[in-house]
Amino acid sequence: MSRAPLLLAENLTKRFGNGVLAVDDVSLTVYPGETVGIVGESGCGKSTTGKLILRLLEPDAGYVAFDGRNLGPIAGQQLRDIRAQLQLVPQNPQTSLNPRRTVAEAVIFNLRAHGWPRHRAARRAAELLDRVGIPAAYLRRYPHELSGGQLQRVAIARALSTDPKLIVCDEAVSALDKSVQAQVLNLLVELQQERGVAYLFISHDLGVVEHLSDRVVVMYLGRVVEEGTASELWRNPTHPYTAALLSSTPGRDRQPLVLAGDLPNPADPPSGCGFRTRCPFALDACAEQRPAMAPAEGTGAHRAACLRSTDDLAFPVRRGAA
Amino acid sequence: MSVVELPASLPDLPVPGIGGTARATHRRHIPLTVIIPGTFILLLILAAIFAPVVAPYGPTAGSIANRLQPIGSPGHLLGTDEQGWDILSRLIWGARPSLLEGIVPVVVAGVIGTFLGVVAALAGRRTHTLIMRCLDVLYSFPAVLLAIALAAALGAGVVNAIVALSIVLIAPIARVAETEVARIRSADFMEAARASGASWPSIVVRQVLPNIGPVLLVYCTAMVGLAIVFAGGLSLLGLGVPPPAAEWGSMLSTLDQDLYTQPVLALIPAIMIFVTSIAFNVLGDGLRDLLDVRSETVS
Amino acid sequence: MTAPLMTTPLMAATVTDPRLGQDRPGGPLHPGFVRRRASRSTRGIAPGALRVQDLAVTFRSKRAAVRAVREVSFTVEPGRTLVLLGESGSGKSVSARATLRLYGDRVDVEGSATLADLDLFGLSEAEMRAVRGKSLGFVPQDAGGSLDPLRRIGAQVAEVVRWHGVERTRRAARDRAVDLLAQVGIPDPGRVARAYPHELSGGMRQRALIAIAISCGPRVLIADEPTTALDVTIQAQVLELFARLQDELGMGLLMVTHDVGVAEQVADRVAVMYAGRLVEEGPGAVVLSQPAHPYTAGLLGAVPTPETPRGGLQAIAGQPPPAGAVVADGCAFADRCAFAVEACRRESPPLAEVGPGHRAACPVVGGSVVGRAVVGGPAVGGPVAVGQPVRGVSHPEGPAS
Repeated sequence: MSRAPLLLAENLTKRFGNGVLAVDDVSLTVYPGETVGIVGESGCGKSTTGKLILRLLEPDAGYVAFDGRNLGPIAGQQLRDIRAQLQLVPQNPQTSLNPRRTVAEAVIFNLRAHGWPRHRAARRAAELLDRVGIPAAYLRRYPHELSGGQLQRVAIARALSTDPKLIVCDEAVSALDKSVQAQVLNLLVELQQERGVAYLFISHDLGVVEHLSDRVVVMYLGRVVEEGTASELWRNPTHPYTAALLSSTPGRDRQPLVLAGDLPNPADPPSGCGFRTRCPFALDACAEQRPAMAPAEGTGAHRAACLRSTDDLAFPVRRGAA
Repeated sequence: MSVVELPASLPDLPVPGIGGTARATHRRHIPLTVIIPGTFILLLILAAIFAPVVAPYGPTAGSIANRLQPIGSPGHLLGTDEQGWDILSRLIWGARPSLLEGIVPVVVAGVIGTFLGVVAALAGRRTHTLIMRCLDVLYSFPAVLLAIALAAALGAGVVNAIVALSIVLIAPIARVAETEVARIRSADFMEAARASGASWPSIVVRQVLPNIGPVLLVYCTAMVGLAIVFAGGLSLLGLGVPPPAAEWGSMLSTLDQDLYTQPVLALIPAIMIFVTSIAFNVLGDGLRDLLDVRSETVS
Repeated sequence: MTAPLMTTPLMAATVTDPRLGQDRPGGPLHPGFVRRRASRSTRGIAPGALRVQDLAVTFRSKRAAVRAVREVSFTVEPGRTLVLLGESGSGKSVSARATLRLYGDRVDVEGSATLADLDLFGLSEAEMRAVRGKSLGFVPQDAGGSLDPLRRIGAQVAEVVRWHGVERTRRAARDRAVDLLAQVGIPDPGRVARAYPHELSGGMRQRALIAIAISCGPRVLIADEPTTALDVTIQAQVLELFARLQDELGMGLLMVTHDVGVAEQVADRVAVMYAGRLVEEGPGAVVLSQPAHPYTAGLLGAVPTPETPRGGLQAIAGQPPPAGAVVADGCAFADRCAFAVEACRRESPPLAEVGPGHRAACPVVGGSVVGRAVVGGPAVGGPVAVGQPVRGVSHPEGPAS
């Protein structure tokens, strides 16, 4: 790739106090203006990865480089200045806005945190809220007076206010009704086209992630198990877990690949490949060593952490396929 | 046939019906719990400020020959005390120190206590432990005894009484503040505030304080009532404002000798303290309701 | 809403009083009602359909009466699955719970519900209690909150088994409980029977709830968003379990969900609800690919598929009305509907046949398959292109400026 990555995370690792290894050697890259999706079920570490990238948590190992600078040693005012470029849209719109501050104040706070004078901040807040579809009458309302979809738009306006280069959307549409979710997703796409902002889109919903993302990273038990472009993963998943996730999403025309058993206890993960206890294709070798990310079918960008990534595994085919 | 092409994203339409979006305006009617005690306190404060104008007599005007006149005596609406001084005037004159001893300590302790509580809740574990344990020491004394001990150590006088009461009130207020901040510390909007790149002071002022404010307000207004009672007690014991200066507590102490001969007169200052204290309490509740942003919605 | 605080299958099986424990099982039965010992499965007993007609549910509070559901009718055939599909506030959960008579005094339920030839709304409370949990199983949504945290799983299953007289002795009930846990696919059921709810994962707890629900061999199982709180791979397991149990037990399944994907996987028939009313009803395959109501089309179009272009999700403007919102005359969806005409606001359209076994409450579109441009706003007069299936439709020029 000739252009420089906007965000480069290498070997991020985070272990929590209760011994759970939430993020285990995760690396990912985001280029300017693109959308990278992180998908996985609960406990896979995707939200924690997002927080590590935002430096809301400190990694135990690994580093995050944003816009060419290593974020690790940066602290204090410098870090706060960088945050203007690296914003967050959190999951729950009801709680991510201060219940005792009005909607406009939520956006203004972000601007004033970066030195905008009050008048200009108020004006810009009004413009942004209008752009995301919040009528002017709602500017002085409090969060409990708005619906989930409207509140999430406010959260998006807040994130956009400082003209960031990258926005981390942490399950940003998961708490919304489907029809409202569609509105917000369309809005995110428009804003990206207008402003060239990059997204790191974290979600458990593979359909949404694939729709929105250029590239997708699939996580399981704290590790990346597959990554590639959205269309590669949809057409040709290599890791059994990705295939299982795909088959459970609507519109796939696939027989569901139903996994056996439950998620293992994250505090006591299986040896070798964390997925082997539920994998219909597991071999004995899978228990011995942790599989490295290997290119799938020789293409550099599409990789999977599976010993059998080059085997032609029989994932369920489309219904009706010959 | 033409196809209707509409933008893929449209703003949400306001939805009529049950729910907060139904209200078009923020008209908040001020509850009685604010109006009545608020008016009373306001009048009291005005009377205290303008005592020379409002009070019929000076605080020590009168002759001992006129002592212990009952309520309703000509020229003395609430009677006279054992020195012959007009009780009504002394109540008005006495409002100054009494109210000062009630309000100022709460304001002082409120500022200091909130600051300590916020710092304790948001700073690291060691700072938290340090602050909370120091407060525990203060807190472990029964408030009345602590007030008495401090006032005795400092000597008599309004200022010393205020200082003593301030110190006594710091610990409980700080605790309430710490509890409230701890409650919202891990809220999503706090995380969002950190992610926005704001500095801690601005987060505290603009995100934290609006959330803990109402609870603290209620607590502090209740504390005013309490402080007035304590102040009265201090004066009763000869600390605070000693006689012959007019102050509700010291009026009580001098009149209590005549409790059996003229019980009604003796109780007047006590009633004053009581009513004022209640007024502050009720006002606090009312203000909390008034400030509650959710008070208008039907859930 | 004034629903009971907590609805466990045990409650569904024994009490309607929200104060848990007030009504212990074994209370006095209607003298005319005989408790029968059910056989181990429903095979051999004539299967029965669950028919609900003109259901209307009104919540009464001091201030207002809220009509959460009106004129809802549906049928769950034995061995088949009906999905009640809708977003929040659509009234789908309320309909399911009202059918089970899980609401107490402050809620008015009108209409009729029959299971085979048993008139459910005509039963006394005691008789209904005997039906609930036995002939009508209930799987609630929140597995975490629906199991008694202080009792072992096996004991909770066994309790239902004993109360309905499926087994008489403690030991037999315990063994049956372990069998049931195995039947729902729980590995090492003996150990799980001795475990407490908090020791199990969400998927396991949901399976335990399903075990309780099927313990007495119900003819119809009513599941209220059973997979909403679960991860998608666990959801796939649970849905597969439902399908298998249906095969084994021949029971009908009424599944309430907001998830189109779930509907796709399990539905024989789909009934779509909006603002407390049914707007469309028909065979699953038909409704989910060729909807005849603009709302259904919008709901389907809102789900991203690989074919949907970026930014081209069909979004319905506005948001669903909150539960029980007062709707003036006319179709509740009119404000958000691209096809609405004057008449739509004047009277509420009835469900009308639009195809074999397929009904929709939209006279404007009805009969034609809803095409693109469901994206709404104020009513746009003029003709709209119809005749294209919703799935796979692309927005030709992207969002209009």
